[in-house]
Amino acid sequence: MSDKAPLRQPEPPANVTALTAEVAGLIVEALNLDRAAADIDPDQPLYGEGLGLDSIDILEIALVVSKQYGVQLRADSEDNERIFGSLRQLVEYIIAHRTK
Amino acid sequence: MFAYRAGAPIRAWQFLADVRRVAHALGGATHVLNACSDRYHFSVGFAACLTSGKVSLLPATNTPEVVRQLTEFAPDVLCLTDDADCTLALPRLAYPEADGAAARRAPPGESRAAPVPQIEAAQLAAYVFTSGSTGTPVPYRKSWGRLVECVREGARRLGLTPQMPCAFVATVPPQHMYGFESSVLTAMCGGHALCAARPFYPADIVAALEGVPRPRILVSTPVHLRALLASDLALPPADLVLCSTAPLAQQLAAETEQRFNCELLEIYGSTETGQIAARNPTRGAEWRLWPEVSLSPEGEVTWAQGGHIEQPTRMCDVLEVSGAGRFLLHGRLADLVNIAGKRSSLAYLNHQLNSIAGVEDGAFFHLEEARSSHTGVARVGACVVAPCLDAARLLEALRGRIDAVFLPRPLLFVARLPRNSTGKLPQEALRALAMRSRGAGAVSSLIIPAEHPALAGHFPDAPILPGVLLLDEIVRAVETEDGGNGGRWRIGAAKFVKPVRPGETLTLGHERQSNGSIHFRISRAGEPVAHGVLVPLATRQQGDHGRQAG
Repeated sequence: MSDKAPLRQPEPPANVTALTAEVAGLIVEALNLDRAAADIDPDQPLYGEGLGLDSIDILEIALVVSKQYGVQLRADSEDNERIFGSLRQLVEYIIAHRTK
Repeated sequence: MFAYRAGAPIRAWQFLADVRRVAHALGGATHVLNACSDRYHFSVGFAACLTSGKVSLLPATNTPEVVRQLTEFAPDVLCLTDDADCTLALPRLAYPEADGAAARRAPPGESRAAPVPQIEAAQLAAYVFTSGSTGTPVPYRKSWGRLVECVREGARRLGLTPQMPCAFVATVPPQHMYGFESSVLTAMCGGHALCAARPFYPADIVAALEGVPRPRILVSTPVHLRALLASDLALPPADLVLCSTAPLAQQLAAETEQRFNCELLEIYGSTETGQIAARNPTRGAEWRLWPEVSLSPEGEVTWAQGGHIEQPTRMCDVLEVSGAGRFLLHGRLADLVNIAGKRSSLAYLNHQLNSIAGVEDGAFFHLEEARSSHTGVARVGACVVAPCLDAARLLEALRGRIDAVFLPRPLLFVARLPRNSTGKLPQEALRALAMRSRGAGAVSSLIIPAEHPALAGHFPDAPILPGVLLLDEIVRAVETEDGGNGGRWRIGAAKFVKPVRPGETLTLGHERQSNGSIHFRISRAGEPVAHGVLVPLATRQQGDHGRQAG
């Protein structure tokens, strides 16, 4: 018998896929990108290379993510580069920190 | 107090000791590219150059192309950096940190009273650079005396006095002219404290402000202020907010003042002239010039001179003198590009684009002011004739030459550019080409402002937008694309699938059909919200009154 609070269960895979598609859609819309959400490879870099986003885009995404999921991004907790290392990493961060 | 880093104070005697140490480490170079991102390190590096007669180089960006041109400008340039991963192709000096605990102890009495070094007014303190039309950055001299004169007047405008030292929290880089003056020099010359950090996300900016005692000043830009206001975070009280690099919308200025519970001052200036005017946008549109600066209109162009300005300078904006020492700002001159406070010119960008191997012809163009987006940043696009290149390789080549914010969106490959018989390329023709090249499936995004009026929905706290507003947006998007040359539209069919709320981000898409109608769809995060058909409004009037007379 444990007195500790239950561990947050890992998100079941189907929900991750749906969330990934949703976040990809948010990014494409918010940044007016010339490609479909489904065309974003979840493992390609978002920042710099790959999707080629810059810091203004990151700020824009941070805002839509905070409005949609209640996640407040902080630069000192984890690097931009790691959270935005790929769509998959961004989604993992959202899952771990979302409040909506 | 000289500075704060993560809330920990750095005192003036410490600063002076750091300056002496870094000056010694810089050795014999006469030009130093100060690439420190930590504002305190930057200030120490800058002061170290001042005290040892070295000139700081402050380019707006450090792309490989710019770095190469800097070494032509100043062959002995040494790069001072605090980034362990710096890969600039220059001789580099890593910012030398103070040596452990010994450095943190206050030195004995007489060292503490070490005099502040005096610098001659005429001493050349720095070169700043702008993007020239020939593709080479243009240097502008900044002498110490004029820099001080400029920021002293700035401090007067801000209502600052040495008797009440403030803490400056800034979101802008110290190398950029605005950041250099407002987040470094104003503090250094006025006995105020600067903050080492450069906070980025709204939550970081809030934390940085809360981490310093009052009175505290936020030095920022419209991009970050918009993000702060959009973030729904509770903003800590501040004592002044400074804003520059692009005009700030009146309502954003008013909301900033209300949520920070203090005054907002906008600064106007340029890399060449430094700051030359200020205003409180909630009190009026007019700018008030620094006392000895004057403007001379010459046709559409305005020259600024006098006071701290090193030489008469052609301003890149359309200014209208509205009274003695006052002017109105009407917008930029056509060639100027300003994205999130970074400045360039279409001529410079075109030069860089056309210098890339494989590009036969290419041209950048302005995109319309982004009416949707939390950051309100409008980009530039480009059309390019480059049969042997693909987008990835072209963008990579551009990244080596221009700052990332200027990378074209969209980047369109075309067969040829619509130059006229003299070889000139009218902007309108270029934009029309871009519209056509994007294809029939035009897509744009729309953010409904959080405060947009809405109807009370069926559920509490879930107001909804009337569907007719969405139809209006679609029609407007289509008419904008037609550029005023098209006809008018009526709604053939419309179906509203899901309710839309204020604060949401929508995608509007439409496709022109071969029968002249337009199919449109509106979605949110990939889910359909509404769809339908637009039909051209017939040009002849319908109904009883429309019939031609017999």
